[in-house]
Order: sequence, then structure tokens, then C-alpha cells
Amino acid sequence: MTQSSRDLSRRRILFGGAALGAGTLLTACTSNEAKTNDAQIKTAETGAAGGNAAPGTKVVIGFSAPAADHGWLGAIISNAKAQAEAYPDVELKAVESGADAATQRAALATLLGQKPNVIVLLPHDGKELNSFGLEAMTAGIPVINLDRAFPDRRAYRTQILGDNYGMGVAAADYIIAQMKAKGVSAPIIGEIPGIDSLELTQNRSKGFSDTLGAAGFKVQRRVPAEFTVDTGQRAASQLLQAVPKLDALWNHDDDQGVGVLAAISQANRSEFIMVGGAGSKKAMEDIQGDKTPLKATVTYSPSMASSAISLARLIGQGKGLADLVELQVPKEIVLASETITKENASQYLKLGF
Amino acid sequence: MTLGEGTGATRSPSVEPARIGAVKHPDATVPRGRRIWGGESSENTIRNLVLLGVLVALIVIGAVTQPELYSDSTWVWNNVLSILQLASVIGVVTVGMTFVIIGGGIDLSVGAIVALAGVWATTVATQSFGPGGMIFTAVTVGVGVGLVNGLLISYGKLVPFIATLAMLVAARGLAAEISGKQTQISESTLINGIASTKLLGIPLLVYILAVVAAIGWVLLNRTTFGRRTVAVGGNPEAARLAGINVKRHTMLLYALSGLCCGIAAIMLTAQATSAQAAMANLYELDAIAAAIIGGTLLSGGRGTIVGSLLGVIIFATITNLFAINGLSTEAQNMVKGGIIIAAVLVQQFRFNAVTQFLSRNKS
Repeated sequence: MTQSSRDLSRRRILFGGAALGAGTLLTACTSNEAKTNDAQIKTAETGAAGGNAAPGTKVVIGFSAPAADHGWLGAIISNAKAQAEAYPDVELKAVESGADAATQRAALATLLGQKPNVIVLLPHDGKELNSFGLEAMTAGIPVINLDRAFPDRRAYRTQILGDNYGMGVAAADYIIAQMKAKGVSAPIIGEIPGIDSLELTQNRSKGFSDTLGAAGFKVQRRVPAEFTVDTGQRAASQLLQAVPKLDALWNHDDDQGVGVLAAISQANRSEFIMVGGAGSKKAMEDIQGDKTPLKATVTYSPSMASSAISLARLIGQGKGLADLVELQVPKEIVLASETITKENASQYLKLGF
Repeated sequence: MTLGEGTGATRSPSVEPARIGAVKHPDATVPRGRRIWGGESSENTIRNLVLLGVLVALIVIGAVTQPELYSDSTWVWNNVLSILQLASVIGVVTVGMTFVIIGGGIDLSVGAIVALAGVWATTVATQSFGPGGMIFTAVTVGVGVGLVNGLLISYGKLVPFIATLAMLVAARGLAAEISGKQTQISESTLINGIASTKLLGIPLLVYILAVVAAIGWVLLNRTTFGRRTVAVGGNPEAARLAGINVKRHTMLLYALSGLCCGIAAIMLTAQATSAQAAMANLYELDAIAAAIIGGTLLSGGRGTIVGSLLGVIIFATITNLFAINGLSTEAQNMVKGGIIIAAVLVQQFRFNAVTQFLSRNKS
């Protein structure tokens, strides 16, 4: 018994030592280097003319976005922070706002207590956080809604949004043009949306099917993923299995697109063209490289976070957009969804996330 | 309540304190002839045959709804492989989960461990060590996190549900921190090749699942470790009295689950040619559901690897069936929920019959 327990303890020490050693080795050798992406911000040098870039009165901007669970949201948060740092007259108070509307509401309450001049808010859900927008506006703090609209127009000073419906339209337009150029009259079209229960996904799909419908085409097969690489791979492998011959495929999100492209190459398929969505750096590089079926992507750029910070600064300083006649920032800005192809990818590459 | 008592009664033969106390190795108490492919009894065999029946029914539904696709034999073979590939990653996770559940625990952190191991294995720095370094990292992270779970549960006396729930949150957080919330592309052609390589026409991923499952089966049914797992899960106090180091064994079970997650992380990274903190979302629920419809008792002490595998394959077949027919995910989730309920109901029904039969024989 003593012999065996001594054996055990020796084994334990050895094992513990090995585990510790492996742990140290791992943390020492495998941590990520910090990445900086300053291409998506406007600096004083590249900034607009008309004196807006010149430092003005100090503005404290409160910023809140849901905890990043994928690349796009990650880019939103880092863009906002980088843009704020580029202005000497801006102080950013950012709060991480957890995984649901309730935690974000709690985080926003603490943010209000810090008395920012302006609040930039990417709400978890526009409808659920509408009342917070009203509360802050009533308290005299202008709210800039980023990307997820409030139903009540009194709940925000300005909103800057991407165009989900327009993404679907742009993707469909590209596919229609390509099919007509190839002379395919009844193409088989597949679609891999993101999380299907989200309104933004439904808007994207509606824009896609409306536009295809106007050209007499329709979506044959639709298998949703969940905005992550592994679900993209899973959805694409099943979609390809269901449709032995495909002409075109629209994948809503370039992040999950990494998995979609992996599934395509694992299935040895290349008879179709693919269009992406959002505009990640990886997708643009793939489009430039032209070795995969991915021929285009339609943008939904996280650079809107940088623009939102710039708008917040202007509102805080009471300035308007320099190129417009109006003295104040407009109420609403909707970004156009642009189509990135091999021809123009090099211009957009710096906006990729 | 009667159902609970019933399950306890049928479970007891394998963990009866007197027997374990009398014989040094509990597995010696079960006659060899009775251990058919399911493991401990013919009842498991019947259970697994029922699952096979469900699988056949699903395939028939596929063939009826898509006669055009199913008339092409090459397509059918490819589809079978596609289903098995779909099942491979979650299958490996489920093997580990089956051990934990049989041992009387639960591991809610498996999806998070897969994500953490995958992310850690694909950082720029890890990738600079080549594919060997990536595999080593994934497996070490998996086992390491599993050991932490095990330590917290066995020596820290935390309830498994709480400890692994906390780990789920923490590991996902760490994964997000490490990856900087970005998708990390795997540049290693060798790792990515794991998902695209075929040997004798069958994908490598399917072989990996087969090997892990085979090792799991042997470990559960043919070794002292396996019998101890059943004993610890069935009645920890009796197991302790029989001389089993219950704490250490429990810790090892979570490490084993972590190991499976590490292996799964490499497979998933290969499939997606990348890793990110949000991947392998809700794998814990898929693995638990598969183990349960495979006949693993959630309170521990009973379960089979074959049953769990069939559970995983049934779920993969449903996903495939719905994709082929172009049906929505919502409908798919409702059907999966229904199948879990149906499987448990069927099992309890059988259990009652067996229990009544046994008690009648006793009196």
C-alpha cells in the first residue's frame, strides 16, 4: 500500500510538473501578437476639409456594443476605439455590454452615470433598447444609433445603418448579370444565410429573392448557418449534397464564408459562382486571387463604427458635415452596399476587416 | 418518482456494493457471454436495435421524399459519407461526454473547450510550430481544461453542473481574448487536409471517429477503468467502499472528456480551415442529447458508446434530411426535440417492463 501510494504521488508530481510545463510553454509560445488595423479610421491628415478635423471642444463619447462573438462585431468595437484615439479632442468611455439586451441595459445605466456628452450605441436589438434611447435623449444626451434602428424617431439624434435589404439586392444583381453573360436561362441558385431568426437576415434574404424574382429567377435551396466558420462549413456541405449541380450561391457573411469555401473545396466543387457578404479582408484576398468560386462580395462594412464616432464628435461640437450645406449632422445615414469584384478589390482591401 | 426507482433497481446489479467489495475487479462479476456489442446486457442490444430502426426509417423517408437523388447510387454513397462526416466532430465529443455522464457527472463546457482548443491551436504563434505544434496545443489545452474541471468537481466539491457551466463561460471568454474576437485562418495544409483526405474512398474524419469510438468502447467494456466508471456513476458511496478512488476517477473522466474535445477541435478546425471563439456553439447540448437518446442514464451508472454514436448519427441524418428537402431549421429543431422526448419515453417504457418482470421473479 505504501509502495503504491508512493508510486502514485511520484506519478502525480511528474504529471503535475508536465502539465505546468506544458502550460507555461503554451502561454509563452502561442499567444497572439496584437494587431492594429488603422485603415478603417479617418486621421487628421486624411480627414475632411472645411476645418472639421481641427481640434475643437472636448467631447466625451459613451460607447456600447454587444460583446463581440464574431469578426464583424469585433471590428466594430476596435474601429470605434481606434477612431476615438485618432481625435485628440475625444474621450471614449466604452462599456462591454454582455450577451443580451438586459445586460446591455444595465451597462448603459452605468454609462449614463458617467455623464458623457454623446452616446454611440449598437443596440442588441433596436426594439428592446428603444426606451433607453428615449431616456437618454430626454436627459439631453444625443444618441447615435449604430446599425440597429430604433422604431421611435425621438429615441435618437442620428442613426447610421448598413443596408441589409440592399445587400440582398446587390448580391442578386451581380448573380443576374453573371448568369445573363453566361447565357444560363434557368440557373440553380443556392443561399446560405446567417441566423435565420434575425430581422437582418430576413431583410437580406428578402432583398435577394425580390430582386431575383424580378429577373425571373428564384432561390432553389436555402440552408442557414449561424455566422460562425463551423456552421458555415456544415450548412454548405449539406447544401452541396442536396444540389448536385449549382450555378450560383450567395453566402450572407464572409466570416462564415471561410467555412463555406472550405466545404466547397472539400466537396471538390467549382461549377458555380459564389458571392459573399460583409467584406472581410480574407474574402477580398480570395476574390483577388481568383482561385475559388468566390467572385464577389457585397459590403456591410464595420467602418460604420468609425463614422459613428466621427458623427458623435461633430454633434458634440455642434458642427455639420463639411461638404453639406446644412449646419448640423443629418438625422439618418444609410450606407450603400457596394459590390466588390476582382476589378475593384484593391481599392476596398483597406476597408476589409 | 416510480420511474426513478425503477431505473435504480435495474442499475444496481453492476454496482451492488457487496459484489464490488467481494471481488477486486468489478468487471469479473459480469459473465463474458452476456456482454454483447452494447456492453453490459442484452437490454442495451435491444435499445440499440431500436435506434438502428429509427435510422433506417429516416433513410427511407429520405429515399421517399427525394427519389431522384436516391436513384443515383454514387450520390447515396456520398450522402452516407457526408452524414458520417457531419457526425464525426460531435461524435468524438459525445464519446467523452458518455464517459462523464456514465460516471455520474455532466460536462457543459465541451463546446467552449473545443472553441478554446481550436483558437489556441490556430494563433499565429502556434501555427509557426507547424501541424505537430497545433495538434499538441489543442490536445494539451483540452486535457488541461478538463483536468481543471475535474479538480474543481472532485477535490473542490463543486456540483458538476455549476463547475462546467462556469468553465463554459470562462473558456469562451478566454477564447475570445486569445483570438482578439477575429476568425483565425489555419494556414497548415496538413491540418486542413485532415478534412479533405480520403483513404479507400472514406474520409479521414470518419476513421478518426471510428478509432476514438473503438478505443472508448474497449475502455468502457473491457477495462477496469470502464467498470469503475459504471460503479462510480451508479453508486459513488458503494464504489468508494469497494476501494475505488472515486475522486481521482472523477477527475480523470473530465480530463478524458477534455481530451476528446482537443481531438474534436483539430477536426473542426480542419473542416472549417479556421477557428473562432464562437465555434462549436451548443455542442454540449448536442452531445448530451445524443448520449441520452443512445440510452445513457443522466443520473449515471449506465450507458453505451454504440448507443451514443447511433444518437449522433441519427441527429446528423436529420440535419441532412432537412437540408436535402430544403426545410427550415425551425422545423428541424422541433423534430429533434420530439425525437429526444420519444427516445426517453420509449426507454422508460422498456425499463418499466423489465423492472416489473424482475420484481415478479424475485417474489
